[in-house]
Amino acid sequence: MKVEQISVFLENKPGGLAQVTRVLKERNINIRALSLADTTDFGILRLIVDKVQEARDILKTEGFTVGRTEVVAVEVADRPGGLHAIVDALSSEGINVEYMYAFVERSGENAVIIFRLDDTDRAIEVLQEKGLKVLPGEKVYRL
Amino acid sequence: MIFNEEFETLPREALEALQLKRLKQVVQRVYHTVGFYRKAFDDAGVRPEDIKTLDDLKRLPFTTKQDLRDNYPFGMFSVPMSNVVRIHASSGTTGRPTVVGYTKRDIDMWAGLMARCFAAAGLTKNDVVHNAYGYGLFTGGLGAHYGAEKLGASVIPMSGGNTKKQIMILQDFGPTAICCTPSYALYLAEMGEEMGVDMRSLRLKVGILGAEPWSEKMRIEIENKLDIMALNIYGLSEVLGPGVSMECAEGRNGLHVFEDHFIVEVINPESGEVLPYGETGELVFTTLTKEAFPLIRYRTRDISRLMPETCKCGRTFVRMDRVSGRSDDMLIIRGVNVFPSQIESVLMDVEGLEPHYQLIVDREGALDTLEVQVEVSEKIFSDEVRKLQEMEKRIAKDIKDYLGVTAKVKLVEPKTLKRFEGKAQRVIDKRNI
Repeated sequence: MKVEQISVFLENKPGGLAQVTRVLKERNINIRALSLADTTDFGILRLIVDKVQEARDILKTEGFTVGRTEVVAVEVADRPGGLHAIVDALSSEGINVEYMYAFVERSGENAVIIFRLDDTDRAIEVLQEKGLKVLPGEKVYRL
Repeated sequence: MIFNEEFETLPREALEALQLKRLKQVVQRVYHTVGFYRKAFDDAGVRPEDIKTLDDLKRLPFTTKQDLRDNYPFGMFSVPMSNVVRIHASSGTTGRPTVVGYTKRDIDMWAGLMARCFAAAGLTKNDVVHNAYGYGLFTGGLGAHYGAEKLGASVIPMSGGNTKKQIMILQDFGPTAICCTPSYALYLAEMGEEMGVDMRSLRLKVGILGAEPWSEKMRIEIENKLDIMALNIYGLSEVLGPGVSMECAEGRNGLHVFEDHFIVEVINPESGEVLPYGETGELVFTTLTKEAFPLIRYRTRDISRLMPETCKCGRTFVRMDRVSGRSDDMLIIRGVNVFPSQIESVLMDVEGLEPHYQLIVDREGALDTLEVQVEVSEKIFSDEVRKLQEMEKRIAKDIKDYLGVTAKVKLVEPKTLKRFEGKAQRVIDKRNI
């Protein structure tokens, strides 16, 4: 039920992000979700794409430092309280959220929230026990 | 293996007697043939006859790089140009290059010393040497070339640059030894990996690496990436070129100075005082046998120390420690002396860091700043900002702990720092003082 996310190290300089997006575009790789964490000097671009392995290989070939991480994607109805149900379930079990980001599905009815957690396996168990909808990787890549 | 058993294993007493005899001759000769030395000795109040023991050497004045520049191009030659068969020059990064000349006998002597170096690395006439030192005015290429031929090995005169072709030759010709700078050895390994070549499966077994200071950590890195034994060779064009001293494969701990041809001293770079064995300071060389371009007490600016203990290889020559920096490369940052090589060894102690770094020295107001740029390898990369910032802090703390200087550490993308095919330029000093 885990989702593979790739991350890319970027220096804080003009054109850095454009180089990544150009490479992905040339390979016809579609970005499903992304977040960019930044400091004064560098940024970490986190991506969920349709072709994980290919994206990772091509970015490495282009000279980027690329990492891969397992994250959890949870689908909730796009209405007040949707996010709270998930975070509440995680915190009650003492699972720590390292970072998260969200996007709304095309239908507009559901939101998908991507979580990077300190204990991914345990989190999936907890969320499923609570009846929350954890999305498998294949589904997220094709959303 | 020892190329010249007779001289390389001379008992110390016999060696010192030989040194004294040769020293007296060279001092006489330069006094009578080189105007610069005559004046320098006269100014110092020493006459050639005053040199009665090896200890008297310290009565002679030093020769500096500036003296060579002042006598540009041929003023320091001690023979007429008709006897000079070769001219080399050092890269003049600041000002004019330094020009050196060789007689036929000098070239033969040099080839003999380089052959000793190759033999010390375990090579024989059955080896194939890939010589990636630059051919031309730089002494590295031709120096190594003649030595390998003298030994009877097969030389591939690659010279520097054209890295992809170098990798092709390394694969196809199967050389067993490579001569280049340590930073170029790493660059070759990296380029090879990028081209999908298994650089560990080449026939290479030994690297004879020099022409720039490098660290023990870098040695391990090179040895792992190329699956070779990496040995340190030392020389400088003013004194001879490569082949002034060489590490032996048996000891791998310090470089044997060919003392039948050179006298080496270590001095305090500030006071000029000669330091006892074991103490770290600036290397000073006197050539004993060179004809065209003899040097008396030449200050190299290279920082090292001498180790007199006997070596298991059987050579009786004193060893010098690997050069840890240059007295003129020394950075003074907020009053603290810092050698780039010290920062390198701190970086190499951090697991997963690549040995590619650059130091940017600047001044904000009245305060010096040091920025250390380090490439982010996959091994240290994380998708979490916190972890990368912890890495930056950890490196900064290590630098502070070991060197006592505050540095800002900046992580940069891989391969963004310039790769060096010759000598590495690790420092950018933006201070206008």
